[in-house]
Amino acid sequence: MDAKALQALLETALSAVDTATDLASLESVRVAYLGKKGQLTAHLKSLGGLDPDARRALGASINQVKTQLVEALNTKEQAFRAAALAEALEHDRVDVTLPGRSAPVGGQHPVSRTLDRIIDLFTRLGFQTATGPEIETDYYNFEALNFPAHHPARAMHDTFYLPDGRLLRTHTSPVQIRVLENQAPPVRIIAPGRVFRADSDQTHTPQFHQVEGLVVDRGITFADLKGLLSEFVNAFFEQDLEIRLRPSYFPFTEPSAEVDVRWHDQAGNPSGWLEVLGCGMVHPNVLKHCQVDPEIYSGYAFGLGVERFAMLRYQVNDLRLFYDNDLRFLAQFR
Amino acid sequence: MKASLQWLKEWVSFDLDGQALAETLTMAGLEVDEVVDLAAGLEGIVVAEIQSADQHPDADRLRVCQVLGDAEPRSIVCGAPNAAAGLKAPLATLGTTMPNGMKIKPAKLRGVASEGMLCSASELGLGEGGEASAGLMSLPADAPIGQTLVDYLNLNDVVLDIDLTPNRADCLSIQGIAQEISALTGGAFTPPDPSNVSATIDRRVDVSVTANADCPRYMARVIEGIDVAAKTPLWMRERLRRHGIRPLSPVVDVTNYVLLELGQPMHAFDLEKIHGGIVVRRANPDESIVLLDGHQIDLDEQCLVIADHQQPLALAGIMGGLESAVGDLTTNIVLESAWFAPEVMAGRGRRFGLSTESSHRFERGVDPDLQAQAMERATELVLMIAGGKPGPITEVSDPAHLPQNAAIDLSVEAVNRLLGTALSADEIHQALAGLGMAVEASGDQFKVTAPNRRRDIALPVDLIEEVARVVGYDALPSHPPAGELNLTAPAETAVGDQRLRTQLAARGFQEVMAWSFIGTEVKNPDGSPLEGLVLANPLSQEQALMRPSLLPGLLDVVSRNARYGHQTQRLFEMGHCFEENGESAKLALVLTGLRAPEHFDSPDHAVDFFDLKGEIEHLLASNQVGPVAFSAGSAHSWMHPAQSATVLVDQQLVGYVGRLHPQVAERYDLKKSVIVAELEVEAMATRQLPSHQAISKFPASRRDLALLVKEEVEAGALLDEVRKVAGKSLEDCILFDLYQGEGIEKGFKSLGIGLIIRENSRTLTDEDVDAVSEVVVSHLAQAFDARLRG
Repeated sequence: MDAKALQALLETALSAVDTATDLASLESVRVAYLGKKGQLTAHLKSLGGLDPDARRALGASINQVKTQLVEALNTKEQAFRAAALAEALEHDRVDVTLPGRSAPVGGQHPVSRTLDRIIDLFTRLGFQTATGPEIETDYYNFEALNFPAHHPARAMHDTFYLPDGRLLRTHTSPVQIRVLENQAPPVRIIAPGRVFRADSDQTHTPQFHQVEGLVVDRGITFADLKGLLSEFVNAFFEQDLEIRLRPSYFPFTEPSAEVDVRWHDQAGNPSGWLEVLGCGMVHPNVLKHCQVDPEIYSGYAFGLGVERFAMLRYQVNDLRLFYDNDLRFLAQFR
Repeated sequence: MKASLQWLKEWVSFDLDGQALAETLTMAGLEVDEVVDLAAGLEGIVVAEIQSADQHPDADRLRVCQVLGDAEPRSIVCGAPNAAAGLKAPLATLGTTMPNGMKIKPAKLRGVASEGMLCSASELGLGEGGEASAGLMSLPADAPIGQTLVDYLNLNDVVLDIDLTPNRADCLSIQGIAQEISALTGGAFTPPDPSNVSATIDRRVDVSVTANADCPRYMARVIEGIDVAAKTPLWMRERLRRHGIRPLSPVVDVTNYVLLELGQPMHAFDLEKIHGGIVVRRANPDESIVLLDGHQIDLDEQCLVIADHQQPLALAGIMGGLESAVGDLTTNIVLESAWFAPEVMAGRGRRFGLSTESSHRFERGVDPDLQAQAMERATELVLMIAGGKPGPITEVSDPAHLPQNAAIDLSVEAVNRLLGTALSADEIHQALAGLGMAVEASGDQFKVTAPNRRRDIALPVDLIEEVARVVGYDALPSHPPAGELNLTAPAETAVGDQRLRTQLAARGFQEVMAWSFIGTEVKNPDGSPLEGLVLANPLSQEQALMRPSLLPGLLDVVSRNARYGHQTQRLFEMGHCFEENGESAKLALVLTGLRAPEHFDSPDHAVDFFDLKGEIEHLLASNQVGPVAFSAGSAHSWMHPAQSATVLVDQQLVGYVGRLHPQVAERYDLKKSVIVAELEVEAMATRQLPSHQAISKFPASRRDLALLVKEEVEAGALLDEVRKVAGKSLEDCILFDLYQGEGIEKGFKSLGIGLIIRENSRTLTDEDVDAVSEVVVSHLAQAFDARLRG
């Protein structure tokens, strides 16, 4: 075997590698040259009969050829494997624009969503959440809140009654009493919940939601109330809104105030004042009812209408939509 | 309370227009709802006279009138029944835009030209219903032809509609509002000179008061010989109309006028209908009275009446009686001016469905010093309009029962402490004095006595509010939130409604909020009514029963949305439900339609019992609530009896889940199967605080068993038994297969159960697993006659 014949063998082998069409034919090339009975293997075996010098020289040449051939075989094999993988992957191709296997989408009612937001904001200021029953006694709903029996202020409330004299709470204010009866000042609570008034028209539903607030401590002033409400309104609506307090009347607060927000139309022009909540300094009679000394403690209370806040926040123009529960409406609050 | 700007300006000098006054009053707590410009839209209206009215040639109901009043005589076609020659009426001239927006143009009505429009009162916004819309507004014969109606009726006026809070009874009159305006603007209060009428006859009516506390002052005066032909003058009629009171007859109009002007409700009786004399007393239980509105009401001791020596004449302070009323032919009258205690008035009018101008004021508290002033004023006006001879005033009073405001101690410090202000003694003094209060100052201390008309001032805080009002709430300081920071965290184990709502929404449920009341007509499937609390005064029978369950309301929502085309619905509601002895928050869930949104590569499955059961298991597991069990049986009469279960948490009954009974579904017009559940929220209120357990280093083994049991064997019972007997190496057991059909004997079913077994201290051997498996199989064989499937 001379160098020339060896070179010819290599070229033949490389050409066979080159023309192999798949992994199987490539494997047969490998076997034909490098297998136990392969041509190159046979040459290596024949080296034993040569003298040492010739053996070394020819052996080196054969090994060089072998290395070249193995490299070519490997390269080709990798190419086949890559092509096979690419083909397999291509075979898996899907139309990614087809719809996903989706799960049903749910959501919260806009009123509970608004309630959550209000509760969250006050919680950040350290307010605790308190609750009370929706069926109340006259004592908690009126008497302890400084509404004398038969007082005309009661007529403002359009109360639903049960035959036994109990009533559906007309505001969340009874929770003020329930908390103050059980907790000594300092008190800083909100009381979210459902309330009822016997009134139903375009701007009234017989049930709605309020969030009551109550702060009782030493040295609480009307200025604290103003500041808190202003911060809250701005935080809730995420914009600096002008608010104004104007005198009003609630038997359980004195001084009392209604709070208006200067609203803006879609174009951003001021469009007038909208009443959003009622508030005031806790009436000394209420504190006394709850064994809190008004000479030592003072406090403020407020009650806001959740639906009103939701309507303003989400541009809902009809209060009654909240209780129609039309899924086309509810689905807008995701 | 309505108040005319013209009238107010007679009582107080101020320089604000209607809008500015409204702003001032609103910011002082007298909220102005509306400011109505009376002249608006009436610019083109003139006083006109119909010269002739001839039948329209082609229309029975129309007349062709020749009318004077416009710049030139006009021919006007008119359909009003009272259109007749000689009538004076308002004429809308050509070019006028009517209050309703209609523009008056030359027109032809059935072929006859018409150059303007003769108007009714209602077309001009000067009255409603009845006479106001029945025909042309008839103007007095002396109305000057051609004068603008605005000038003739003095309509250059603005009326404020003030929504008074119940504490401000003192502002239920022109006089009261004028005093408030004076305090707010500093303008001089200029009341007309008080009237003082001298008696010209001696005739009196005898008055006795037995209910002194109810009526501590009663004044009566006879006026004899009034002119039955007298008419209320136009200016008074106009004022009454502007304040929402319909003019009726001179004497009644005068009492109403005084009520508006001074705030004192009055009444007039026909003197000749009073037998013996007047007695102010509580009614007897067997008495009744026919009121002015024609209704007869039964009286009792709760009612204060003005009676004569035979019978009740009037329901005191609320409404007069028909029999003793001043009629068209009455010539001798008795005027009443009294003070009735708010306590005896409160709620009485409502009780009889009556809310009158009079009861409204007495309930809130009339100025106890006003009766004589009102009596003199009313007498003066009656004499002026209808003549007559007045007698002396008879007064019965009991000063001990008349309210008298006491002095209140107030300090500068108390004002500033509550308001967060730094007001000076002078500022506070001025604010209170301006409101008519008597202020005695001694350094930083005051003794303040409010005028008796202010029935709402009793405590120092009441005075502080008055100071704040006068200073202006807007001028008071504002402090950003401050205070001690107290970290009072909620319990970590509290689940809370918000968390449940968020979880359910994330699981694809839409929250709804139905009414807390349901209809009394809602029935159980067996026809029995729902038990629960029924309102004494519901808005309607559809909203009368306090919901004992969320289900009926929720099904209404499902039904309504199904009608809108929502075939698939996943809803939940959380809210209070009510029973005789309490209320509790519940959570209701409903599924109907498809299990998952339609998809090209997934079969459409209708929801079934296991979908909702799985959701409940998921919700409870997400909140570490358990152990949970579901028990077959009569969960709820609204449920399908064979596809419903009670839900138990920690062996306590907390709710139910099931398919809606087909009959109930039909009642709600629901064609598809509906799965519902209702749970007590309290059952999910607390979760366990996690406590770490070491994780086993050793692998788990699983052994699957296929067991053959009778059809009626409950899988749950079988799994419970496995858990009970398998020993502590059992980590979990799952039911992975349920099969009936070919290869299984009829009446039997095959259950595939996977046992997950693990030891904490060592790797399990095959023998260990075999042992557990054998124990399980032998116990199940014993307990359920279960056998391994070949």
